[in-house]
Amino acid sequence: MIRRHDPTSPGCRDLFARLSEYLDGEMDPAACEEAEAHLGDCPPCHRFLESLRRTVTLLNREPDERVPEEIRREVREAIDRLRRERRG
Amino acid sequence: MLDYSRFETHERCQLQIIDEAGLLGRIRKGDETAFEQLVGLYEDRLYRFGIRMCGEREDARDVLQDTLLTAYRSLKDLQHPGALRSWLYRVASNACLMKRRKGKFEPDREISLEELAPDPDSAATEIPDAAALPDEELERSRIRSTVQEAVRSLPPPYRVVLVLRDMEHLSTSEAAEALGVPESTVKIRLHRARLMVRARLEKDLTRAGRPGGRP
Repeated sequence: MIRRHDPTSPGCRDLFARLSEYLDGEMDPAACEEAEAHLGDCPPCHRFLESLRRTVTLLNREPDERVPEEIRREVREAIDRLRRERRG
Repeated sequence: MLDYSRFETHERCQLQIIDEAGLLGRIRKGDETAFEQLVGLYEDRLYRFGIRMCGEREDARDVLQDTLLTAYRSLKDLQHPGALRSWLYRVASNACLMKRRKGKFEPDREISLEELAPDPDSAATEIPDAAALPDEELERSRIRSTVQEAVRSLPPPYRVVLVLRDMEHLSTSEAAEALGVPESTVKIRLHRARLMVRARLEKDLTRAGRPGGRP
């Protein structure tokens, strides 16, 4: 049975509050089963979950920016200065 | 040291934790080469963290430098090797706070979930699928800069949690340790941050007039 989506209903509201836990695998098995049952019956909640999942994936895959070479040099020089100070 | 480049990010993080225990042991014995290795492991990540939190290149440089100098002075006193990563990000987070002249990452008020609930009447733009981004570099670049802008627009207490968890790949417990907050707070703020980013992507991609991810 496909239920009518109602964002004010306890089912939709509770799931909305815990979607990240579900995505991160941090829900206990009973709650997870309940969430999956709801998602199977509620296409808008399912679509929203997918949009949140894609958002997280885009964040996870943000390109790794490297330290610019001049900043790398400046920082290493600062460490070397500290090292020399400590040696007296 | 292992060549981490051949592993997926999550596996890389796990392997680094194992290697770092040995590294910390050598640093505590005064091994300078070990400290150099630590710098090599973390300088890009800490710089990136600084950019994402502070926005400015000069501030990110200061965050990186302050964190590594503090590490040089104080790592010998760190007792638990497993806490190295969260310790470094704690120092880096504090360095970011100093840039903002604030004592901690606390919001004026917690944003409620009701404020973040989607508008049921709006025609939702599809968030792009990262595994199937358009071929054109221009479009990929536009999506990337939209994501970066969405992160930058987050209030700092939410941005720091999202950056640590979803971009620096710290666990919930590591992020909690780094920020000095309960794990429940990390989870609450992470969820809200993700919802805010999702809403911003939906809006900005719609405004550009091109639904994400569709050919």
